[in-house]
Amino acid sequence: MKRLVLLIMLLAIYLASSALAASPDEIIQKSQTAFFYPGKDFKARVMMKLISPNGQERVRELTMLRLNTGEAGGEQKYFMYFFQPAEVKNMTFMVVKFPERDDDRWLFVPAINMVRRIAMQDKQASFVGSDFTYEDVSGRDLGDDSHELVKEESLNGKECFVIKSTPKADSANYGYKLSWIDKTTFLPMKEEYYDRSGATIRVFTADEVQEVKGFPTITKRTMKNLQSGHRTEVYYSSQDYNIGLDDSLFSERFLKQPPKKWIE
Amino acid sequence: MRTLRPWCTALLAILVVLIAGKGEASFSLHGFIQGNYALDTASANPDGRDSKLAEERAQLKLEADQGPLSFFVKTDLAWDHLDDKEVLELREGTVDYTSSNWDCKLGRQVVTWGLGDLVFINDVFPKDYEAFFAGRPLEYLKKGVDGVKFGLYPGFASFEVIAIPLFTANHFPDAQRFWMFDPLPMVTNRQTVEPTSNLDNTEVAVRAYRDVAGFDVSLYGYRGFCRQPAMQTDSPSSPTRLTLWYPELAVYGASMQGSALGGVVSLETGYYDSREDRAGDNPMISNSQARFLVGYQRQFWEDFTVGLQYYGEEMLNYGEYTATLPPGMPAEEKLHDMVSVRLTQLLRHQTVKLSLFTFWGLSSADYLVNPEVKYNFTDQIWAALGANLYGGGEPWTQFGQLDHNDSIYLQTRYDF
Repeated sequence: MKRLVLLIMLLAIYLASSALAASPDEIIQKSQTAFFYPGKDFKARVMMKLISPNGQERVRELTMLRLNTGEAGGEQKYFMYFFQPAEVKNMTFMVVKFPERDDDRWLFVPAINMVRRIAMQDKQASFVGSDFTYEDVSGRDLGDDSHELVKEESLNGKECFVIKSTPKADSANYGYKLSWIDKTTFLPMKEEYYDRSGATIRVFTADEVQEVKGFPTITKRTMKNLQSGHRTEVYYSSQDYNIGLDDSLFSERFLKQPPKKWIE
Repeated sequence: MRTLRPWCTALLAILVVLIAGKGEASFSLHGFIQGNYALDTASANPDGRDSKLAEERAQLKLEADQGPLSFFVKTDLAWDHLDDKEVLELREGTVDYTSSNWDCKLGRQVVTWGLGDLVFINDVFPKDYEAFFAGRPLEYLKKGVDGVKFGLYPGFASFEVIAIPLFTANHFPDAQRFWMFDPLPMVTNRQTVEPTSNLDNTEVAVRAYRDVAGFDVSLYGYRGFCRQPAMQTDSPSSPTRLTLWYPELAVYGASMQGSALGGVVSLETGYYDSREDRAGDNPMISNSQARFLVGYQRQFWEDFTVGLQYYGEEMLNYGEYTATLPPGMPAEEKLHDMVSVRLTQLLRHQTVKLSLFTFWGLSSADYLVNPEVKYNFTDQIWAALGANLYGGGEPWTQFGQLDHNDSIYLQTRYDF
């Protein structure tokens, strides 16, 4: 009888602990939802500073609009309007993100009033010349990596899961990634990218988190390339969720003439 | 310079109204200062000079808007050292009205249709080929049209309807600066006649477009004039005077573009209806044509993109054309086709752009090669160094006739 009680107790403890401790896949899924999918839609005025090792700065200023057209982890639409540099002022860029296949991308070139699709299959290509990739901006497909909980530790006073994500097959140009994921907000506080020999190549840090309409939001972030010494700092000068973006915005008409109320 | 003053006056008046009007109006002023130079590398110009281009240019872009109205002016002031003159040009000047499911743009505007990369089927709007061959930035290949454009967005599809009451011809390379084939070089008494502006001569262009199964599909129609002039002599046997004029033309076409084969695939076709030579028996007017384009663009690695095109023009009623062609005139091929290759590599955080564009004539065995290096020194300052090299074919084929015009060019710009 005592043995049976012990067995039931052990079983209960096991069940309780496994219910509390999410699997690495679940942690990553929650993190992706918190990082790339909060709200029905999102708008931010984004300032990017591209800083070379010798300190030269280049600025990219844009408004980014995002609409979730599917579930978390599913299809999304992105609309970007560029204010700076002057060479690309009034340029707009639209991405329809599909989780399982290549994104569709359109670019509007104001100087010749032309909207074209552009071929950009590489999701790990640099976003507008910065140290961030397209994947860093809009997320990586969950199924592309296998995830492993390495440890749990505190980072800058925040309790974090540390997850190791290893790309399956040749789906990435790096070996693996370590992510420090805040246990409360599920936002990544730090990410380290390693090459296949184990050397760190890029480091992401979330430098400021604000709560916006109940959604914890990283409003300041840095990506540093440790191999080149180049880094990119991004901050949002304004941001908002659930602003009522309409699907019709994501069209050739508005790429050419973006409505003021959405881009300013 | 085309009728700058009336446009400027009208637009300035509207600007004043906008400024004086009550309510929130916003303004922005941008532009650039540019130096643009091109040196001959094969031989001097026909006029003996050794430069295709030497100019400084300032462009101002003024935008203002108030409520549903917006206003845009893009104007250039250039100092041309070859002809030693100043040129003031209104590149664009428009007033826009925007409603929820329609909009309207009135004035001089650039319209770009179709999918071709430097080949045009349904982009029936005026081009400045001299700008391209002389080594100006690509945007100068397009000229504005003077007209009104309506956009209609009823939901099931989108429509553009353009009416152009004032004709604008293509601008071809200047005979003083470029070596070009001239079938009648001894006839120096020449005049150009443009269509007069009236209701009958108003050009109309229509485009309908929508998404079909993930592809961007467009249908096009155009009724107007050929922007490349036809020739008419006063006497077929011993001509003393040549008249250049613009025959009536209609174009009907379609295009589609979408993701396929690991890249972006483009298909475009058009039927060119030569309305004043439907039978094809007037050798001075281009016959009707079928034009088609297949394009493929793919990114092979980070910031390296390849664009390939096959483009063809098939002359209809070819038998009538050859039967009536005057002796001594070079005959065009029934099928004029070519391929193009564009390679683009961005480097150093996309501040360096290496590009190579080439046309290879399949039917005419001639070529154009355009390599270019562009560097953005800062967010404001960039420079591009490139070359235009031509050759092959015959002295009258598209690029063969440009054989002696090889040149290198420099573009530098300060954007603000």
